Amino acid sequence: MAEPARAKPKATPETQHFWDGTKAGELRLQRCDACANVYFPPRPFCPSCASRKVSIFKASGKGKLYSYVINHRPAAPGFTPPYAIAIVELDEGPRMMSNIIDCPQTPEALELDMPLEVAFEALDDKITLPLFRPAKG
Amino acid sequence: MRRNQVAVVGAAETTELGVIPNMSQIQLHADAALNAIADAGLKLSDIDGFATAVETPQQMAHYLGITPTWVDGTSVGGCSFMLHVRHAAAAIEAGLCKTVLITHAESGKSMIGKQPRFTAPDSLNGQFESPFGVYGPPSMFPIPVLRFMKTHGITHEQLAMVAVVQREWAAKNPRATMKDPITVADVLNSRMIAYPFRLLQCCLVTDGGGALILTSADRAKDFPQKPVYILGTGESVETPMVSQMKTFDSSRAFRVAGPLAFKEAGIAHKDVDHLMIYDAFAHLPLYGLGDLGFMPHEETGKFIADGNTRPGGKLPLNTNGGGLSYMHSGMYGMYALQESVRQMRGIAPAQVPNAKISVCHGVGGMFAASGTIIFTNEK
Repeated sequence: MAEPARAKPKATPETQHFWDGTKAGELRLQRCDACANVYFPPRPFCPSCASRKVSIFKASGKGKLYSYVINHRPAAPGFTPPYAIAIVELDEGPRMMSNIIDCPQTPEALELDMPLEVAFEALDDKITLPLFRPAKG
Repeated sequence: MRRNQVAVVGAAETTELGVIPNMSQIQLHADAALNAIADAGLKLSDIDGFATAVETPQQMAHYLGITPTWVDGTSVGGCSFMLHVRHAAAAIEAGLCKTVLITHAESGKSMIGKQPRFTAPDSLNGQFESPFGVYGPPSMFPIPVLRFMKTHGITHEQLAMVAVVQREWAAKNPRATMKDPITVADVLNSRMIAYPFRLLQCCLVTDGGGALILTSADRAKDFPQKPVYILGTGESVETPMVSQMKTFDSSRAFRVAGPLAFKEAGIAHKDVDHLMIYDAFAHLPLYGLGDLGFMPHEETGKFIADGNTRPGGKLPLNTNGGGLSYMHSGMYGMYALQESVRQMRGIAPAQVPNAKISVCHGVGGMFAASGTIIFTNEK
């Protein structure tokens, strides 16, 4: 490969379900069966009450733009600046880092609290990244 | 911890600051350590406690030729040295050691003998942040600031004033890297790094180091330098992932460490004569002023823009010029501590007249960790 590729995640036993989910076109979160806390990133216990009884569920994939930067330099391998690094607040509560696609990477287009929806981009046959685009309608 | 039981009796930076192409990272540690030893009138063999970060205690103890009976390798980023001071004070009080050396150095610019940072692809950061294009602190540390600005009504011009005011302090400091005056327009027209931050709102990248020597307050009076006492301390951590901070409106690590130090010191905010808030980027002093309880976050931007923290202002802040203008080798906390000690000794290049209490607040990682030390020169 001539072009340097973007950093590729590697799943652990505790995060495998998340990456299996994105590959299947689902954004999977975890909910505590004891206290109902919804959390991210994945782990097999609740970081709020320490219960090991937790469930994996398919999230709505909807959220809003909580904050971002538009990175100009230095650019990460596999990225063409300027590009936005965004924090998405999911409707279920947790926040996650992502990128915003189908949207100009400008302060004018990227409005805080704008509604977003998940989109999936396969990096290879193992890893699919959850990205976000402005919600339709 | 009890107040004023431990004192700083030695403090020094590396002989040179800035670009130091003729020294490796471990030699920069040694240069700072030897300068601090000389400042305290000690021999290396007097040191029985040792703390450092990034480089391991065993690496540096061997290189220096010392045999400590107490070591601390706490490495939580740029505020590690605030935590070392806190831990050392507790260790001295507990009788685990008598004379502690704390060193920091980084070949941040020349990159000689410095291990590259690496984020493993199966770490949480490697899985849930790296794939989205974060690449070094400039792409990560400013991520919360747009939300902070919206919540608290902070303007771009106010954030530019942070850099302007700190340059005013740097102009008074012969060792500062950047001394030429700048305006808000200069800041807002400087090269874009990671919107909303431009070059002059990001810290410098330099080589250098510093070292501190602590001992019990009852021994401190026998040293050549004016003792600087530890009045209060605090520390905490939140998360190594900036995306996972509880809120971007403030820093939990700051909100825990800062008030803990004030409570321990038994002082009110109006008692503070001099303040250091680690400024890797221009938003950090605003977070610090709010999270340490000096004022509501909403007022922090106006407070700085109105000139309250500049030379002659009522709350002198980052009087060495800060990470934005003085120097920043990668873990700036040591230089903030050095400036607090200089101010308490009364020998700072931009000395605050009659300063008796100095608050020194550090950050580690991207709001990942925090440490606060409150110094006084009165026992």
